[in-house]
Parts: sequence; C-alpha cells; structure tokens
Amino acid sequence: MVKQSDRLPIGYPERRRVLAGLGGLALGAMLPTATAAKARPLISIGFTPAFVHDQYALLEDWRRYMERRLDMAVVFKQHDSYRETMDLLRLRKMDFAWVSDYPFLALKDRVRLVAVPLYKGQPLYRSYIIVPIGNRQAAGLKDLKNTVFAYADPLSNSGYLYPRFAIHTMGANPQTYFRKTFFTWSHKKVVEAVALGLAQGGAVDSYVWESLERIDPELTRLTRIVQRSPEYGFPPFVAQRDVSPALLLRMRDLLLTMHQDAEGIALLKRINLDGFIKGDLHLYDAVAEMMRTFGEAGAS
Amino acid sequence: MRLHDLSFRYKIPIWGSLLIVLSVAVASAALMFEAYEDLKEDVRISAEGLGGTLAITLFPYLLHDDIWHAFEQINAAVHDRMPGNPVQAETIFVVSPLRQVIVSTSPKKLPMLADLDSLGPDYVELAHALVQRSPGKLAIHDFSSTHRHFYVFPIQQEYAQVGTLVLAYSKDVFLPRFRDLAWHGALIGFLVLAVLLPINWYWGRHLALPLVDLARRMDKAVRGGEKEAPRASYPYRDELGELFLAYDAMQSEMREKALLEREILQSERLTAIGRLASGIAHEVNNPLGGMLMALDTLRERGDLSPQVAKTMGMLERGLRQIQGTAAALLVQTRDQSRPLTQQDLEDVRTLIHPQVVKKSQRFDWRAALPESGTPPAAACRQILINLLLNAVQATVEEGRISVVLEPSEGGLRLLVINTAEPIPAQHLEHLFEPFVSGREGGHGLGLWVTYQIVKQLQGHIAATCEQGEVRFEVWLPLEKTP
Repeated sequence: MVKQSDRLPIGYPERRRVLAGLGGLALGAMLPTATAAKARPLISIGFTPAFVHDQYALLEDWRRYMERRLDMAVVFKQHDSYRETMDLLRLRKMDFAWVSDYPFLALKDRVRLVAVPLYKGQPLYRSYIIVPIGNRQAAGLKDLKNTVFAYADPLSNSGYLYPRFAIHTMGANPQTYFRKTFFTWSHKKVVEAVALGLAQGGAVDSYVWESLERIDPELTRLTRIVQRSPEYGFPPFVAQRDVSPALLLRMRDLLLTMHQDAEGIALLKRINLDGFIKGDLHLYDAVAEMMRTFGEAGAS
Repeated sequence: MRLHDLSFRYKIPIWGSLLIVLSVAVASAALMFEAYEDLKEDVRISAEGLGGTLAITLFPYLLHDDIWHAFEQINAAVHDRMPGNPVQAETIFVVSPLRQVIVSTSPKKLPMLADLDSLGPDYVELAHALVQRSPGKLAIHDFSSTHRHFYVFPIQQEYAQVGTLVLAYSKDVFLPRFRDLAWHGALIGFLVLAVLLPINWYWGRHLALPLVDLARRMDKAVRGGEKEAPRASYPYRDELGELFLAYDAMQSEMREKALLEREILQSERLTAIGRLASGIAHEVNNPLGGMLMALDTLRERGDLSPQVAKTMGMLERGLRQIQGTAAALLVQTRDQSRPLTQQDLEDVRTLIHPQVVKKSQRFDWRAALPESGTPPAAACRQILINLLLNAVQATVEEGRISVVLEPSEGGLRLLVINTAEPIPAQHLEHLFEPFVSGREGGHGLGLWVTYQIVKQLQGHIAATCEQGEVRFEVWLPLEKTP
C-alpha cells in the first residue's frame, strides 16, 4: 500500500496549510496556485496509463480548460499503475478518474460512471496483440507459445485480461503458455518493450497504439499487430462515490460538450478522441464475462 | 659507400636526427600509454560507480520479478549513449544465478532467458568466470581473447543474491579513442620534430664543418698538396680548437723542416760544385803556370818575328784569362789579413760612389762595427764590393741602395738592399752557383766568390726577394781575440 505522503512533492510549503483548510477533500493534491486554491473549491482527477498519459503539455492545457469551465481548482494526478489510482478512489482521495474498463468493473460499487469517450465515433476499443516487426511469421497468440510476453497491467483488460482469456479459449493455460511474462505498467511501454525486442509479444490498448502511431510513428513502426480482440467498452471517466451529484453532472456536462467549443475540439484532437457520451454499463458486459471466467473480483 | 663512411657533415646531423626522432617517439608513446591507462581508469571508476548504484536499485525489482522496471533502470544508464564514448557501457545486463539473462539493454543480442553459454565466445568466457568466482564480490574481467571488458556486481542484500549485474564495455570503442590520442600525440611529436630537426641539422653541420675542413687540410698536407693558410677558422678553445692549434703547429714545423731540407740540399750542392770547381781550377792552374812560364821564357830569347810575337801575345792573353777564371774559382782567403776597420768601409764607399752617382741612385749607408774582433778586412771588402757592384748593376736609375753593417748575434751583420726587378724563384735557388748570371755580360762568378768567401769565414749568406726589393744578408762571425 502506497502511503499518500510518500507521493507528495517536496518543497511545497503552502501545501499542508491549504489541505487543512479544505478538510482533506483532496488530500495531497498538487495545487496550481496557492491563491486560486484559497478562493475556489478543488477537485482532483486521476489519470492512468489507459491513454498516453505522459503528454504533459496536453494534460496541462486540458487541466486549465477544466478549471476555466468548472470555475474550480483542478489537480491532475498521473499514476503509473491502475492499482494506485484504484486505491485512491477506494480511499476517497480522488474525485474523478479516467480508468480502464477492468478497474471500473472492479470498483463498480465505489464509483459512478461519468462519461465514456468516443473513439472513431464509437465508445469502443480493442486489444492488439503485437510482435516485433522482425517477426514475419507470427499470425496471433497461437504462434507466441513459449515466448517472452509483455502485459500492460494486471488490472488492464486489453493489456492482460483479454490475452489470457484468448489463450484460455484456445484451451491452453495462460499461466504456463508463455515462457516468461512481465508487466510494463503502461500500454505505451508494452509497445516499447516489443519494439526493443525485450518481449517477443505484447498486449496493448488499440487506442494507445493508434495514438502512438500519430505521436511517435518511429516506435509503432517497429511493431506489428498480429491479432485484434473483439471490441470492448472504452475506458470510462468515473467519479468517486462520494462526489456530489451536482459536481458529477457538471463534470459530465463539461465532457459531453467539449466538442462544442474550439478549444475543446482542439484538445480532443490532441487526445485523439471525438468526444464523450454518457455511456452505459452494458458496454462492459463482455469484460465482466471474461472476469468471471478467471473468477476475478468485482465481476458480480 | 657504407653508412659509417659518410662524412661527419651528414653523419652528425643524421645521428642527431635519429636520436631526436627516437626520443620524441618514446616520449609520445609513453604519453599515449599514460593516456590509455587513464582512459581505462576512467572507465573503471565510472563502471564501479554506476554498477554499485544499479546493483542496489535493481535488488527490489529483481526480488519482485519486475522485469520492466529493472529494464528501465539499466536502460537509463545507456540511454542517449554517445557513440564512441568509451566511458559508457556498451551493454548492461543481469544474469540469474543459473547464468541466464534476466534482462539486458540489448534484448536482441542478449535475449531474456538466454544462457550465457549460448551467446558467443565473450559470454562463454564470462559464464566460465562467473562459475569460478566467489559470490558476493565485485569483479573485473578483462579476458585477453574477448572484445569486451566485463564489470560484474552481485545484486544482493544480506547474502540474498538475486542476480548478477554485468556492465560490458567494448574494447573496440577504445580503439578510435586511442587512435585520436595517438594522432594528437603524433601531431605534437611532429611539431617538436619540426622545431628540433632544423636546429639539430644546423648545429650538426656547425660542429662537423670545422672537422671536415681540418680533415681536408690534413689530407692535402699528407699528400703534399698546395699550402693552406696556416690559421684555420676555428675560434674556440675546445678540443677541436686544440686540434686546430696542433695542426697549425705541425704545419709550420713541416714547412720549416722542408725549408731546412732545401737549404741543406742547396748547401751540399754548392759545396760539391765548389769542390769540383776548385779541383778543376787546380788541375788547370798547374799546366797553365807551366805554359805561361814557357811563353815568358820564349819571349826572353828575343828573336821573335812580329807574327810570332803577335800570336804569343794572343796565347798569353788567352792563358791569362783562363788563369783569371781559374783563380776566381779558387777562392782563397788570406789568413794573414788584418781586421776590418772603418777606413776600409770608407774606401769601399768611395770606390762605389761614382757609379751610384752615374745612375742617379739614392745611396743609404749606415755602418757600425763591433769594437773588436771584426772579420778580415780583405774578405769583407771583396764581399761588400761584389754585392754593391751587383746592386748598382741591378738597380734601375733613380733606384735606392741601402747598406747596413751592424754587430749581431756575436758576429757582423752585413745587409745590402736594393730596389730591383724581382728575381724568379728558380733563379734564386741557383744564385750562388758559378756561371749563373742575372744579367747580360756577367760571367756569374761574383756571387759564387762571395759565397765561397762567406763559407770559408764560417758565416752564412742568404738572398731574398720580396716587395720589389732584393736583399742580401751576410753574417760573419767575429774573430776570436787572442
């Protein structure tokens, strides 16, 4: 369990004073400015490697956009694993988060769906099985037996759950199918691991791979997609259970109307999304089904 | 021609140059070696710092089998690698206790789970060394047969070793760096050579040229070639200067010796000629006396026809001439002669004076006689008159004749100098021989007689000719006073 205080940046003297004043609503949040924080309520939003979360300039622009539209102080928190974000949501130390479908289902009782991104006009994405470009023979997971395989995150659908389910469906045991597996804790790093040849195969979010193809084509060019999963519900934007319905609605409204102003459109373009919709829990039924297969928690 | 036979003019600069080149090469090589060792030391320090840190940070990742984070750790250490930087590791990898690759920064060359033994000779050597090494200690493996240095660090805490970190440094990277070093070293070397070699060349020649000069002079002196100027051009007082001095001394000694030899030769020749001449004169004189006596006897009879008398007259004149010549060859000093006085000198001066006046010549006369023991008067008068008559004859009109008489070195020095055409050298050598005449009409006995008289008085005579002056110098010993 990661201690909250361990994550705080050093040398931020105003921090504790402000946090005390806010009654711990957003404990440990990074503050944009001390004066703004005093004047306005503060919300924190967690980002996971469900998308290319190390585009810091983009995130900062998006954060400022949200601050302006909500008239609130907004703090973005990036974490390198789903687990950390999930823990913060569970502990109610985070108001909103963009999480993958799997954590969403795992936290089903503790979070509420805010919005689902629209990618290529659909609230859907897939898992891609990729291999290094040098491997010309492999046509899918069936050809990757006894190789070194890179998973994204143990709490990822596209980067962990789906490939194991697919192997299971082939009648093999996912525990022993590969010679060795490891987690990179990020979809982007799965692509890096496969591109570098560290792993002979990997499972990656189709949205991440395709976004990377735009941002860093040199990297994706070193990999080849050999298998595409069925479509699943896109990683959703969720609210922690204690967030007031009013705030949830304001956030949902912001997301759903982003595509209506120029700045929002520009941001969406950079995020590589078309917009957001309210979404539906049934989008995630297929994931829940797979989770049940492995007896995973939250798949009730 | 062999190298050792070369002239010092080349040999000294060449040897000097060779020494300089050798010194510069050795110095450069030493510097390069030092730089190379420094480079290796830099690599060692860098590797030990990096490896030590990595071994600590990798421990938890390996403990939890977190391959990706382990990879990110080691990859950061070689990321943004500058090509050709020898202080940066080529590859970093972690091997399991079973010597399988757990993770490496070059997964294509060193794939995960590959046995070290299967990765080529370098790694086989490494695997072999890893089996033998005592666990838990830092080790450096620099196999001479491999292309890489390996720095090996245990990844452990409190005896729990989870793997071994290996930093591989390519030796090939050293080579271009070393080439750079060598190139710089060589460049500096060439600069030093460019300065030193011309200096050496100049200095070498400067040293060699006097030697060469001396050798050439010696060679000529030995072969008896033309005479060199006695002083050679070497102004310093070192060993070479001493050689030059010795050479000069030898040279002048040789010249003196040659001069002496020539004088002895001449003297011997003159003696031989004198003996021959007086012998012939004696042989001629005896019958001559008889013949003249017979002519006298014949004439005393009186009954001679004018024809016979005329013939007899002719015969007698002829015989008298022969007698005169023979007498002249038979030089005899009169033992009973009195010593020379100032009056004798005045007489000679008076005798000569009209002839000098006739040719408008300047006549300097300086005479000082020793107080006693002056040589015999008759001999001295004859010598003086002979030499002065010669001088008056040889001197052009309005020329100058000087006479000096003075005591010198226990004798009397007698000097007759006149301005005249120079006497040719070959003529000068035979000057005192009979019948050698410098002018038309002379019978060439004057100097011969003079020479004979001087010799009989145990003096010496010399003739020199320089700067338009002919100079006869006579020295006669003083008579021992009883």
